[in-house]
Amino acid sequence: MTARQRLWFFAIAAAGLVACLLWAFTGLPGFGNYPGPYGQEILRQAVAQTHATGVVSAVNFEYRGFDTVGEEFILFTAAAGMSVVLRRLRKERQTEPAEEAGTRTIPATSSAVRVAALLLVGPTAVLGWWLASHAQTSPSGGFQGGVILASAFILVYLAGEFLTFRRLSPVALLDAVEAAGAGGFVAIGLAAIAMNLPFLDNYLPLGQYPGAISSSGTIALISFFVGIEVAAAFTAIIGELLEQTLLRRA
Amino acid sequence: MISAGLMNTLQVTVLVLVAAGATVVVRTRSRIRQVLALSVYGMLLAILFLAFQAPDVTLSELTVGAIALPIILLLAIAKVRKREQ
Amino acid sequence: MGIFPFLVVAWIIVAGLYGIVTSRDLIHTIVCLIVVQSSTYVLLLGVGYVTGGAAPYFWDIPVGTRAVDPVVQALALTDVVVEAAVTALLLAFAVQAQKRFGTLDPSQLAPFKG
Repeated sequence: MTARQRLWFFAIAAAGLVACLLWAFTGLPGFGNYPGPYGQEILRQAVAQTHATGVVSAVNFEYRGFDTVGEEFILFTAAAGMSVVLRRLRKERQTEPAEEAGTRTIPATSSAVRVAALLLVGPTAVLGWWLASHAQTSPSGGFQGGVILASAFILVYLAGEFLTFRRLSPVALLDAVEAAGAGGFVAIGLAAIAMNLPFLDNYLPLGQYPGAISSSGTIALISFFVGIEVAAAFTAIIGELLEQTLLRRA
Repeated sequence: MISAGLMNTLQVTVLVLVAAGATVVVRTRSRIRQVLALSVYGMLLAILFLAFQAPDVTLSELTVGAIALPIILLLAIAKVRKREQ
Repeated sequence: MGIFPFLVVAWIIVAGLYGIVTSRDLIHTIVCLIVVQSSTYVLLLGVGYVTGGAAPYFWDIPVGTRAVDPVVQALALTDVVVEAAVTALLLAFAVQAQKRFGTLDPSQLAPFKG
């Protein structure tokens, strides 16, 4: 099949797809006229029931906690799968990275980049940690905080210190932290079962008033575990991709 | 609180920009340029999510679209390019 | 303004699919897949929007003010982060494919021929 034939097939199929989509979209109640009772009901009840002012995080870790467990395990599996694929690639290699690099070199990292990156490592790590532990009060949560925490490690690499990056985040430690994060989430849920409550029920004390750090029971704890798991997963992913791109520095 | 009329204009503008951004990302053939276009597209999406009153999703899209995805893509491109030579 | 965001969603889906179909490079295909996935975020948030509603965070506004739907935001939020990890896995497969078959051109990779 030539490219032109493929394009014609695609044009016909896309026309059908667009027709179906338009038919579906004209059946919606229009942009801005959200009628659904589920969202409005949660907005009414969430703060009183969970003492969490961040309703989105409350939905994520409390009302729809089971979905979040699934999503987190997708992340875990993707990171693990990537490690498996790329580590096998490394073992099958016949030449050493030094030989593969040949005479290709990279320029030394400029001082401006080094200073800026190293200055930002501390604040970025603090920001990531703050975001991961404040899920119940403001727009934050485990997922965003975890990615920012991982980027603090990546900044170390960007400053030109790949070996330091590798020493700060050895593969065994990353695997352990990732497993602890994912397992911790499930363990919290299973602890609820051990207390004769439904899976992932909110059994920790809810705190005095909504929005405090110690409020909202298991939501803050789950968000912390998700944060460390996402951070470890992303650092592991970047570390795997970096392993084989070593070049000799000029 | 922003008035309803102003919010509508902002949303419409950013929606048009997002549609244009998607077209640009798809039509770019060079690898590294496409990663840069994807970065800009991620930023436009973050502004759109902010206009839709979703700060949490904005934060996620910013961190992923500006940090994680470009780094992962560039590293993969470097690996592939090394083997092609 | 009733249906315009959803038209943009349909446009993004078709643009992404066009990129996938006419791609000559696996990495270009993966980036177009990212574009198609981003259309679902716009769709989710567009469905849950309430005109004149505020963000669903009640730290400084009283409980009971009109707010947009939080459930679709929760779905989109985890979606965004998980998509990055799945993209990384796809890229690892692309790197492996290049090692096995020597090329990243979909029309020349043996399983995709024709």
